[in-house]
Amino acid sequence: MRTLTSSVIGALALVAMLFSLYATAQASIREHEFETEAQRQLYQTLTQELRCPKCQNQNIADSNAPLSADMRDRTYTMIMEGKSREEIIDYMVARYGNFVHYRPPFNWYTSILWWGPLLIIAIGIGVAWVMSRKRKQPLELSAEEQERLEQLRKPDHD
Amino acid sequence: MNTQETHSASKKWIVLFVPLILFIVLVVFLLKGLGKDPTHLESVLINKPVPEFSAEDLFDPTTQHSEQVLKKGPLLFNVWATWCPTCRAEHEFLNELAAQGIPIVGLNYKDDSRGKAMDWLNTLGDPYIVNLYDPEGKVAFEFGVYGAPETYFIDADGRVRYRHVGDVNPRNWENQLKAIYQQMVQEAKQ
Repeated sequence: MRTLTSSVIGALALVAMLFSLYATAQASIREHEFETEAQRQLYQTLTQELRCPKCQNQNIADSNAPLSADMRDRTYTMIMEGKSREEIIDYMVARYGNFVHYRPPFNWYTSILWWGPLLIIAIGIGVAWVMSRKRKQPLELSAEEQERLEQLRKPDHD
Repeated sequence: MNTQETHSASKKWIVLFVPLILFIVLVVFLLKGLGKDPTHLESVLINKPVPEFSAEDLFDPTTQHSEQVLKKGPLLFNVWATWCPTCRAEHEFLNELAAQGIPIVGLNYKDDSRGKAMDWLNTLGDPYIVNLYDPEGKVAFEFGVYGAPETYFIDADGRVRYRHVGDVNPRNWENQLKAIYQQMVQEAKQ
């Protein structure tokens, strides 16, 4: 009975949590009115992709910081002016740096993010390969050792 | 034991140290991260000219200023507001710097009201050579301001050389900021 109650409470908590997430996502959209569905969607993706500079790890859609509100307003204005997704991202990055975008651009400094995992996988495969090759090497005994082995194998050896 | 065996034995020893070396590298890397302030953001404007903007004068709404006020450097550009406690903390020291003859341009950032900002300067002293009024944070947005107070170091060519986030106080001025300002003054003389 106790497990049933706790699982019901758990399920309710989950529903409440999901609902609150949905509510925050909706709240940032409701601030503004759009002419087309495409504009609304662009606004939604951009506010989820752009990162609040004041917060440690929140997108501007979720953040309550005044700066995030300013950035949402700027995003909205630019969308209504007909600016493209790239133009808006470039505009924000030009002011707040790459920090402001959750998808870092590919350049010399960030290349380790892409190549790092591949490099580690390559090292892993390399090590595994070398080790498996070592194990397969047949045991080669010198004539001396062979003789000693034969001696040891003799049943009368004590 | 022949020489080949000793050689391979020493090789094995080296291999045994690889995890230790990797561990030390990781520790050094993480320790370096420990001392860092995660909220600190590098300004994108470093070594770039100040962005264009226009802003009203704080005391006189009929006067419009542009980025030209920042091109008479070397100077400091200070972003402040009356709702910002750290701005209050640094204000006395800004007065001191101004008394030493260091030009500071002030940007009043998203303040509650123009009157409040004017009162602040009238009672606490006005260290600024020009007072810009930015009620909607538009000018600050161009600079990528993410929290007041922020102080930008702008050289004689009107380029941003350094951004300091947080209060300017006698300690960090002596330790770091003064040198940056003096460097700009030196360059301007050449």
